[in-house]
Amino acid sequence: MWSQLVTIWRVFVHLFDKKDTVQYPEQKPYLAPRYRGRIVLTRDPDGDERCVACNLCAVACPVDCIALQKTEDEDGRWRPAFFRINFSRCIMCGLCEEACPTYAIQLTPDVEMCEYERKNLVYEKEHLTIDGQGKYPGYSFYRKAGIAIKGKAKGEADQEKPPVDVRSLLP
Amino acid sequence: MVEMELLFKISVLVLTLLPTAALLVWLERRLLGFWQERYGPNRVGPFGILQSLADLIKILFKHDWIPPFADKPLFVLAPLIGALAVMMSFVVVPLSPGWMISDSHIGLLFFLAMTSLAVYAVLLAGWSSNNKYALLGGMRAAAQTICYEVFMGIALLGVVILAGSFRLSDIVEAQQEWWFVIPQFVGFAIFMIAGIAESHRLPFDLPEAETELTGGFHTEYSGIKFALFFLGEYLGIMLISMMTTTLFLGGWLGPWLPPLVWFLLKTFVLICFFILLRASLPRPRYDQLLAFGWKWMLPLALVNLLVTAALKLSGGT
Repeated sequence: MWSQLVTIWRVFVHLFDKKDTVQYPEQKPYLAPRYRGRIVLTRDPDGDERCVACNLCAVACPVDCIALQKTEDEDGRWRPAFFRINFSRCIMCGLCEEACPTYAIQLTPDVEMCEYERKNLVYEKEHLTIDGQGKYPGYSFYRKAGIAIKGKAKGEADQEKPPVDVRSLLP
Repeated sequence: MVEMELLFKISVLVLTLLPTAALLVWLERRLLGFWQERYGPNRVGPFGILQSLADLIKILFKHDWIPPFADKPLFVLAPLIGALAVMMSFVVVPLSPGWMISDSHIGLLFFLAMTSLAVYAVLLAGWSSNNKYALLGGMRAAAQTICYEVFMGIALLGVVILAGSFRLSDIVEAQQEWWFVIPQFVGFAIFMIAGIAESHRLPFDLPEAETELTGGFHTEYSGIKFALFFLGEYLGIMLISMMTTTLFLGGWLGPWLPPLVWFLLKTFVLICFFILLRASLPRPRYDQLLAFGWKWMLPLALVNLLVTAALKLSGGT
């Protein structure tokens, strides 16, 4: 009996406690910078697309929501002809971000992407691409990687040694 | 002209009771929220006060479905009995000296009779639904009501002895000196407990017991009929609170404020207490409930009655 009265009193005292509720649309909760929300495609420091259409993200995606097609520019760069993410399927797992070798695909803390039409959740490349570099500023795949494109031969990338002449005996 | 005045009073009462019952739903959800450190419904209208209205509109548009296996006439009748029996009891509640629809000399008995009638709603709903959960709920309601009705009446006899009348306005007037909660504290506690059991409120809501019986007697009900049960339940809370106010807390008596305000204030506090009980106490097992009723409350009520009568006869209080 006594314990029940104590219970009643303790529950009553909760009236004056701070509420746990976050009044969502007015009061936004803080989302960490590495929160896994809406997916974006970033650009390199030159303002060029980072995506090289390697398809690793599409392979990694457990729900197969990423579709893309590779094309090749005249200068030898690869880029996606189209890049499509179906956000009605996306589970925001971030595996595409982990798989991406060029830091192109990144997840952002934005989670407010509701639509009345399901079709509007299919984002094309122009919807996905942002102007900035996202979480990895200063990184450019073609400047780091040893791949040859027009204007940059093998061995000319950052910290890359010139290619070894395999026919020479000199070290 | 007396009839016109009476009719006016009745319609005012009905037209205030129904929105108040709806408002109670909001109040309960709000208070439960506060006691669970959240806000409760606070979006519709100022402070969410229109939440019940929105719910009502929604529930009116629901499919009014009667299961094919149900006993149709009883199934329709049950919620009506529930709401009507409770609303009938309000006839005898004296809100203030100038506001009594019927100041009957057997007002208290009428109240007891009507609360007993209300159990038929639950019973018939459980029976006519032709559903095992509903039937279990109905059976529980019957056993619970039989048990708690008995000592509810006995607990009230103490008040009747002190006031020397079954007329509710006499009982209120008899509390000029003391509120009966002081000399009759045991009776007050027993009446509150029995009242909770009568209105199937949460510590004793075994007929509904949604965790065990999927809603109990109103498992098969939907739409407007369910709303009627809901209305009955909330009117029941109001009724029990008003009766407790009248019988034990001095009714409209109180300094400075007008009588009606005092009455409503006391009723409001009691309603909040009912909701607090819901927020804090778990539901007992069914046999525990009945054992508590028969083995503790009934003897206690009898002893209370005996002591009160003995004191009265010996010329004490």
